[in-house]
Amino acid sequence: MADSIQWIQHVELYVSSSATPSQQVASVDAVATLLKNDLLTLEALVREMEMYLTTTDSIIRCRGILLLGELLAQLTLKPLDSTSIHSLIGFFTERLADWKALRGAIVGCLALLRRKSDVGRVTDSEAKAVAQSYLQNLQVQSLGQHDRKLSFQLMECLLDRYAGAMADLGDNLVYGICEAIDGEKDPQCLLLVFHIVESLAQLSPGPLANFAEDLFEILGCYFPIHFTHPKGEDDDVKREELARALMLAFASTPLFEPFSIPLLLEKLSSSLPSAKVESFKYLSYCTAKYGPERMAKHAEALWASLKDTTYLSPQSMLSMEPESMSRMNFQESDVMTEAFVLLQEVIRQYGEFISLIIGDNDINAFLISLNQYKGFDDIPLQVKQKLHAVGHILSACAKASAAMCNKVFESFFPFLMDGLGLSVAQPSQNNSYLDEECFSLAKFKFGPLYLCIELIAACKSLTLSLYNCTSIHDFPHQRWCSLLSSFSESLVKAFVSMLRSNVADNEQSAYVYCGVKGLQILATFPGSFTPVSKSVNDNIFLELVSIITSDSNKTFEWTSALKALVEIGFSIDKCLDSEKAASFESTVVEKIVSLISSLDSAIPLSLRLQAAFEIGATRKDFMLRVVRGLDESIDTNFSAVFDHGNHKSDELTIKLLDTYSQKVLPWFLEIGGSEEVQLNFALRIWDKIENFRALNLSPPEFTSISYQDLLGATMTAMKKAVASCSEESQEIIINKASGVLFSSTVFGSMGFKSGSSILKEEGLQQTQNYGNSSGRDEWLTSLFASVVVALRPQTGISNRKMILQLFITSLLNGHVPSAHALGSLVNKLPLETKGIKSSRSLSLNEALDMIFHSFVGTCRDDSTSGNDGSGVNINSLRLNTSRIQLEFNTVIGLAWIGKGLLMRGHEKVKDITMTLLSFLTLDCEAGVSKQFQNLAEVLDEEGVHQLMKCAGDAFHIIMSDSGECLNRMYHATVRPLYKQRFFSTIMPILLSLVVKSESSFVRSMLYRAFAHVVSDTPLTAILGEAKKLFPILLECLSTLSKDVSDKGIIYSVLLVISGILLDKNGQEAAVENASSIVNQLIELTAYPHMMAVRETAIQCLVAVSELPHARVYPLRTKVLRTISKALDDPKRIVRQEAVRCRQAWASIASRSIHF
Amino acid sequence: MTLGLINANPVVHAKKERVARNDDSHAEDAVDPLEIYDYVRDIRDPEHPYSLEQLSVLSEESITVDEKLGRILITFTPTIQHCSMATVIGLCLREKLKDCFPPHFKVDIKVAPGSHANEESVNKQLNDKERVAAALENPNLRQLVDECLYSSEL
Repeated sequence: MADSIQWIQHVELYVSSSATPSQQVASVDAVATLLKNDLLTLEALVREMEMYLTTTDSIIRCRGILLLGELLAQLTLKPLDSTSIHSLIGFFTERLADWKALRGAIVGCLALLRRKSDVGRVTDSEAKAVAQSYLQNLQVQSLGQHDRKLSFQLMECLLDRYAGAMADLGDNLVYGICEAIDGEKDPQCLLLVFHIVESLAQLSPGPLANFAEDLFEILGCYFPIHFTHPKGEDDDVKREELARALMLAFASTPLFEPFSIPLLLEKLSSSLPSAKVESFKYLSYCTAKYGPERMAKHAEALWASLKDTTYLSPQSMLSMEPESMSRMNFQESDVMTEAFVLLQEVIRQYGEFISLIIGDNDINAFLISLNQYKGFDDIPLQVKQKLHAVGHILSACAKASAAMCNKVFESFFPFLMDGLGLSVAQPSQNNSYLDEECFSLAKFKFGPLYLCIELIAACKSLTLSLYNCTSIHDFPHQRWCSLLSSFSESLVKAFVSMLRSNVADNEQSAYVYCGVKGLQILATFPGSFTPVSKSVNDNIFLELVSIITSDSNKTFEWTSALKALVEIGFSIDKCLDSEKAASFESTVVEKIVSLISSLDSAIPLSLRLQAAFEIGATRKDFMLRVVRGLDESIDTNFSAVFDHGNHKSDELTIKLLDTYSQKVLPWFLEIGGSEEVQLNFALRIWDKIENFRALNLSPPEFTSISYQDLLGATMTAMKKAVASCSEESQEIIINKASGVLFSSTVFGSMGFKSGSSILKEEGLQQTQNYGNSSGRDEWLTSLFASVVVALRPQTGISNRKMILQLFITSLLNGHVPSAHALGSLVNKLPLETKGIKSSRSLSLNEALDMIFHSFVGTCRDDSTSGNDGSGVNINSLRLNTSRIQLEFNTVIGLAWIGKGLLMRGHEKVKDITMTLLSFLTLDCEAGVSKQFQNLAEVLDEEGVHQLMKCAGDAFHIIMSDSGECLNRMYHATVRPLYKQRFFSTIMPILLSLVVKSESSFVRSMLYRAFAHVVSDTPLTAILGEAKKLFPILLECLSTLSKDVSDKGIIYSVLLVISGILLDKNGQEAAVENASSIVNQLIELTAYPHMMAVRETAIQCLVAVSELPHARVYPLRTKVLRTISKALDDPKRIVRQEAVRCRQAWASIASRSIHF
Repeated sequence: MTLGLINANPVVHAKKERVARNDDSHAEDAVDPLEIYDYVRDIRDPEHPYSLEQLSVLSEESITVDEKLGRILITFTPTIQHCSMATVIGLCLREKLKDCFPPHFKVDIKVAPGSHANEESVNKQLNDKERVAAALENPNLRQLVDECLYSSEL
């Protein structure tokens, strides 16, 4: 037994009115824990609390009972014996009469009634007693909102869990509920009320029958749900939620039918569109629930209102896209959409409904009147709207079931065929319709044509739904089926002739659309139920393909034909129709694939590729077929480039490769499964390269732009292909690649040609000065680099040392992809090599040693780097290369390696950063870095400055996201928050260097690095440091604004500043620096080199004006004076921002702008 | 002085769609009538909760600008012939443009010929510096102008 004093204190705390709500909650929790752990029995508690439960002071009594109730609510999972439950429920039932202490009683009843039977449950008779007491004592509508909610919850709980006991209460219950819910207005309570009515209706219908009208009278007032105070505090209950609950209540019992349907029909005439939408929704739902017998008597009224909404006054808009102007592409209003849903529901429930539609005089008259219009453009918009509506109505009828479909077909189809002038085709005609002949377009009236297509489409979806759910196929015996197949040939003929007409004006394109759509529908009937014969089907394929292959000038026709073919392909795939699939493959796929490589086609390659890809995408084996075609085509084109230097093939190959990397590979990745395609693609390319090498061919004119593009496209495709392979396949590829690479004599001996002529080029930065070694070598290295970039971390690479060496060497020669590869390597290498330490495997640390040895060593001290283990004399290589170029390459290489290390969170990134920083501070006369002295002697000042700049930009490489390598797509190891970490390590170092540096150039370079780091760091990290950073950021801006070429950096720094200014914490930091911020921004408002800088500076000024008044007021005159100059800016956007800014600053003092 | 509205039932026109301009990023953007129109079209009418655009008091065509000489001429059409609000509308336009353009622009504001009973006197009043300054020192007028310019009722 727990220390009684302690828990009594809790009880006293709860009961006293002085405690805060959180204290009260805490004390309930404390006592509940005691009870749960059996440290206190319920009996002892109740006995001890006797005074609180029975006192005449109603406030204390109320709190006491509430405490007991809340405790019980916490004990729902604790088993209690039936005596305690009995006495407790008895107590609470009795207390329901005590209106002064009501809440506790309701909470207690709720807690007890909600208990599960395995932990002790209230019996039915006790529940009935609760309900009786409830009905007798509670005046729900006179209670407050919270108590009302609780009492409704209690009633809901009683009805849900003790339905049997409640049913016994009979009329009394219904009457009581009516009384309780009448006039409720609170949304949360209403939600409960609607549910109570729903549950009440689920009880045996006995008691409800007499009161249905009264009950509905209360419910009906709430329809349609409409909030008069849209922004009340009860935003948590959504209108939709309430509307749905009310709908369920409406439909809860068929007894409501005589009252609800007339109400809903009446509301349809409301002028509020939302009310109409609601009415239709309710009607659909109620129709489904009330059943056909009850709905039958409303059929005529329903049809009248449906007809009114959809046909007589249709609210649809022709969609305004120019593409669809010539079609019947209507945007239906919500009301119409819901009306059609209702129509479908009614037809489904009550089949006789259809005779109303078929017999409707208006519709029949409309159909006859359609014959007076000839072409599409002759039909006025209003009639088009009606046509659309009638089409929709008929198709809804036909879709409902086979019997309905029969009726609709019998009544309308022959008439429509007459309108089109088609007759039952003679079976003997031998494909004559594919010859030039027959129909002139003028014969086809658009109205019947449109309806006819709608009907066939409805048939198709009906067949599809039946096809999926039944195995008994008696379609051929159905009336509609025989009607359709007897007309099918002449229909196909008609559609084909629409496509063949050579007029391409607006009116015809409506016919083209119909023709293609008709053919598509006829060809997509599933399996054996197709109304068209196989030969006709083949003819449809041929016709569509011939459009694709012949003419790309009629773009509309071309795209819709392609779309139709794709749809047909998908439907064949879905229906597993082998016969059709075979003919599709032989007529369509083969033809399209042959298009890829055809040289003399009139259609541009990009369109041919698009067609091939889209057709291929319908099915995997089709895609494989397309891939084969692509491969062949790439093969021939590659040979053409390498053997004959064919320029035209360059472009073709690039397009082919792009299709591969942008469409085909992602498609295979998406459908998953085997990675054969990717693997084969990569291996094929390597085979190609190997062959060319064996033949000692090299691509001609490798400096030309298209050649570089070709290499780029090949690399991208290679990267994507490798990236989507699994480890095993990647191993195969890398082995193949390194086989090709190292079997080459050039690479085998590692006697890399280094361009001695680079000296002459003086091409700064990372331009392609690698080009001086043979183009083939560049191909090999670049492709190999792209393989390495895309590898998964777990992929085993043999020969790592050689590979590493290769990349280091070529990087030092200025080959940037090698730098990417090195970065990826250090990012993914394992920390430890497992198993036997072979000379070929390499752990990260060994790799880093090698790298540092070659890179950092070179720039530190020439004499230290002698021969290293692999026998490659980098020293000799370095002597041949221009010094400065080498250092540039080193910096770029270090940047990418640093990025790789940083992303995996390796500590060595510090060393790299320090090296980069030492490059950055090269200029220091004081000799901060002695090791650079001999370097500085070699280089002229200009060169050193360039190098320092390059080192500054290296920080951009480290921090920014790259699309080339080291991202998630290429399986990089990415530690979370690595940018933040780098930011917080590098910032103090940079700042202290800034303070120390004496040369202004060094300082400006440090600011450059700082700017790169800051602009790529997530804003949240910067906000924490904002106070410290502001002075530096401003200094940075003023330094950088001296050089025109730095405008991009200025812009990104400015974006950081505006980010800080827009944040609440950032604003606090800005307050202290307000005046210097404003001064700097004012200077930038006149920045002549970039509009975006001026614009952002002015926007920042607007943000500054939000700072505390006392801070910014003194700056006002200065800002306003500057801004009035900006009003004269040459760019309009800046002027507009200036107006806003002026307004903002002028208004911080008064409305007037005088100063 | 009548207490009722001067024009109780103005004809309200639809707002024209705002076209986002795709500016050439290198060329300079000259001040053109549309830019000026964009600034003034949303000024609220002194009487009604509609913009000058909606009441068709202003249109893009009624504005001419000569950037080299720095001159702007706005011709507006009061909704009715003897609209005493014409001067207030003119004041609003002048105030707005003073905020939006650098001081070297000279702004002329006129009512369209034949659209107002006292056309000449209104024109004279609107283009008289002293009278404009005096009018804006009148707190009541000032408040009315500010309400029109900064109103968010639209």
